[in-house]
Amino acid sequence: MEKFEVKAQRLVALCMLGVVLFNYPVLALFNVAGTVFGIPVLYAYIFSAWSLLTACMAYIVESKA
Amino acid sequence: MLQGWVIVATSFAYLGLLFAIAYYADRRADAGRSVIASPYIYSLSLGVYATAWTFYGSVGRAAADGVGFLPIYIGPTLMIALWWVVMRKIIRISKRNRITSLADFIASRYGKSALLGGLVTVIAVVGILPYISLQLKAVSNSFTIVLQYPRIVMPDKVGELPLMQDTALAVALILAAFTIVFGTRHLDAAEHHEGMVAAIAFESLVKLLAFLAVGVFITFGIYDGFGDVFARAADVPKLAAMMTPLEGVAGGYASWMWLTILSMLAIMFLPRQFQVAVIENVDEKHLNKAIWLFPVYMIAINIFVLPIAFGGLLHFPGGHVDADTFVLTLPMVEHQELLALLVFIGGLSAATGMVIVETIALSTMVCNDLLMPILLRLPWLKLNQRKDLTGLLLGIRRGAIVLVLLLGYLYFRLAGEAYALVSIGLISFAAVAQFAPAALGGIFWKGGTRRGALLGLSAGFAVWIYTLLLPAIARSGWLPIGLLEQGPFGIELLKPQQLFGLTRLDHITHAMIWSMLANIGAYVLGSLSSTHSAEEHRQASLFVDVFKQGGEGGGARFWRGTASVPELYRLLARFVGSVSAESAINDYTRAKGLQYPKDPLQADAEFVHYVEMQLAGAIGAASARIMVASVVKEEALTVEEVREILDEASQVVVYSHRLEQKSRELEAATAELRVANERLTELDRLKDDFISTVTHELRTPLTSIRAFSEILLDDPDMELEQRRNFLGIITKETARLSRLINQVLDLAKLESGAAEWQESSIDMKELVADTVAGMSQLFREKDVRLEVDLPERVPAVTADFDRIVQVLLNLLSNAMKFCDREHGEVRVALTEHDAQLQVAVCDNGPGISADDHAAIFDKFRQGGDTLTDKPQGTGLGLHISRHIVERFGGKIWAESRPGEGACFYFTLPISAAPAPAKGGNT
Repeated sequence: MEKFEVKAQRLVALCMLGVVLFNYPVLALFNVAGTVFGIPVLYAYIFSAWSLLTACMAYIVESKA
Repeated sequence: MLQGWVIVATSFAYLGLLFAIAYYADRRADAGRSVIASPYIYSLSLGVYATAWTFYGSVGRAAADGVGFLPIYIGPTLMIALWWVVMRKIIRISKRNRITSLADFIASRYGKSALLGGLVTVIAVVGILPYISLQLKAVSNSFTIVLQYPRIVMPDKVGELPLMQDTALAVALILAAFTIVFGTRHLDAAEHHEGMVAAIAFESLVKLLAFLAVGVFITFGIYDGFGDVFARAADVPKLAAMMTPLEGVAGGYASWMWLTILSMLAIMFLPRQFQVAVIENVDEKHLNKAIWLFPVYMIAINIFVLPIAFGGLLHFPGGHVDADTFVLTLPMVEHQELLALLVFIGGLSAATGMVIVETIALSTMVCNDLLMPILLRLPWLKLNQRKDLTGLLLGIRRGAIVLVLLLGYLYFRLAGEAYALVSIGLISFAAVAQFAPAALGGIFWKGGTRRGALLGLSAGFAVWIYTLLLPAIARSGWLPIGLLEQGPFGIELLKPQQLFGLTRLDHITHAMIWSMLANIGAYVLGSLSSTHSAEEHRQASLFVDVFKQGGEGGGARFWRGTASVPELYRLLARFVGSVSAESAINDYTRAKGLQYPKDPLQADAEFVHYVEMQLAGAIGAASARIMVASVVKEEALTVEEVREILDEASQVVVYSHRLEQKSRELEAATAELRVANERLTELDRLKDDFISTVTHELRTPLTSIRAFSEILLDDPDMELEQRRNFLGIITKETARLSRLINQVLDLAKLESGAAEWQESSIDMKELVADTVAGMSQLFREKDVRLEVDLPERVPAVTADFDRIVQVLLNLLSNAMKFCDREHGEVRVALTEHDAQLQVAVCDNGPGISADDHAAIFDKFRQGGDTLTDKPQGTGLGLHISRHIVERFGGKIWAESRPGEGACFYFTLPISAAPAPAKGGNT
């Protein structure tokens, strides 16, 4: 039960982090001209942050502790 | 190869395959070997979220404003992190209460209110119509476009076609027939559609693969990777602006945020999402994997959207090709017929998946929560007297499926042309978002009441109609456009898309702000200004405290009345069929350990509750309540009584918690006592052993002293030599005796802690050298070679000088005793490592067997076989040595192998103070 609670709190925190990452003003920081490896900065940022967030979810859900 | 008949044949073959999968899964489920009992299938079935909107519409949206399509998928990713708590709770509640749909869930929470269930159903049906029309539009458009191959012609003249050639209508009718065969073949009390879930999971795979295939083809086939597409787009000024799309647009960030919120709510409250995530969930644990697998799915299906959008814009710069069709038209213009066909099938699978699940969910709602409660109350229908209602239930559901699809088609004809795919879908999202306050409030806030939910839903729905549905219809020319531009009756403030003068927002954000304000406001105010009925109070606590309840029978506590078993059985049989009813009753009696019908069955509260839950699984909570109430005599409980029962229950929980804690404490105490007792018994035994050993050890020398004294006494004429010999033995044995007594006393002091210790700083080098020197004479007498290996200087240790000398003497005399008889050799070494000083005393005697390494430090234990060998010591020396060494924080141990001599080591920790300078000017 305790393990369940810990994971619940971590996931809620992750959701809040996501809300921050995908909103003004953080989003505005990346809304600039230019490319990363040929991909526009904003697109690169959104997809990498999104993937990272998902990876964190997988880690939290699948971890033993 | 893209002739009409090929496309039609492929489509039907695909639908046939789907049906085969569903049929197989149903068969497996009947055999008890479910194919959907896997978190992967569950996650894939959640992929029903990605519809034709995703498949065709995302590219269209991306071609209009860059990243604008993404909040629809990022929102669910954020929401699904909260599913660990929220969705788990909803699933648990739904399983406990046998919820059959979203309308059932909300109605059930607010006192099984039929009115509320009906309202939710109406909102869901009306709200989802645009969404269904979107699927019809996508499928018929893609069909029309593919037919024109190799020309690229937009199907924007559909509205002028005669009815017979209207593909959208054909699609609607085919899908209706397919869904009916698919989802309403039989009535299931558990309301699981395993076959449907398996087929949906398969469709999720098909559309993902199709989209990835076309994405890879465009990105790497037509262009040279992601970088190339973006680089070429950046050269076109109009497209370059889309790389930073959030700038300059009015309300860009606000619109982004509201779309995220909207899709966060949609992923929970779209009827089809509720269906696959909650109703079709077979195991709560599947949620865990889905929490990250579903976002992975969404990322995968979105990764190629931007390259396709830019590719399309670069390919068709004139704007004569609708961006919603790029996924299909790009392979066509490149003459990739097979890929175009695959895309068409992918789009078909995206649309059919959505339509199947959505219409099944809606038909369940329409039947259970809208029509049945009404029909059951109409006395002239005499439904109460019909023997078997399963046929009627199935008929209603099938009718509802056809009705919903035809309404969807109607909406498509009325308003479908004015908007792009995504805009149509968002209207539906905004409608289902209206369920959020009542549903989420319902599971976390006990104070929410039926009136609050009714008011909130009505207010939100009304605002939705006014700000989104009306404008959509008006823009299609069915209402005067002046309504939008000048406001109703020319009142500017009431303009539907700029309500109360709120401008500079896109229409979805605008509608969401006003509808949520109205909805939440009315829900909270309505709840706070009304009180619970008994039924509401009970349901509220069953929902909010679902994790604190016991088993499924939790609701049975609240029922009082009289009922008869045959009547309840007949009731059940009428709605689920006599076979299902029979097996349901059998399950119940088996769980209670009875044998039905041999043992009499009590129509008690538990049984009535069980029957009601079974009924609820088939016809919804509100209808089930009405039906059960019609055959049993019930006493109405007052709110106070319900509260009392709840309080009792919660007190029982508290008591049992306390009881558990007490018993845990008791167990711990018992365990401690047992350990203490064992220790005492052990000590007692040790004491007995000790006394008997000591007595034995004392008797041996005493016996020999006495024997020799008696001989001396009896024989006065003994020779002097003999006499001297005997007296020598007596002296030796006396010495041994007194040594033994001294050691026993010493040990007693050590063990009781009464020994006096005189700690001082000792130079071990000096101590070893002095002790060895004192013993050297003895060694020489015994002809034993003594080697000493001392370092230059060592740090000081803190210990009792005399006691350490005692230890060393003991080890040296042991070594002398046990070393080789002929060529005796003893080595003494002092070394320093790890902040310890180590003294080693080694002999070249017979050695000690490995078993004895630890035992020789016990009391009265000696190396070797004590039965055959003559004892050579008291057996206390090493034991005392261990006491002493351990007293100063050191260790003592033996290392040896039989035949290779033995080494004894002891260590002492180096004290922090520096060693006294040796040979100083003292």
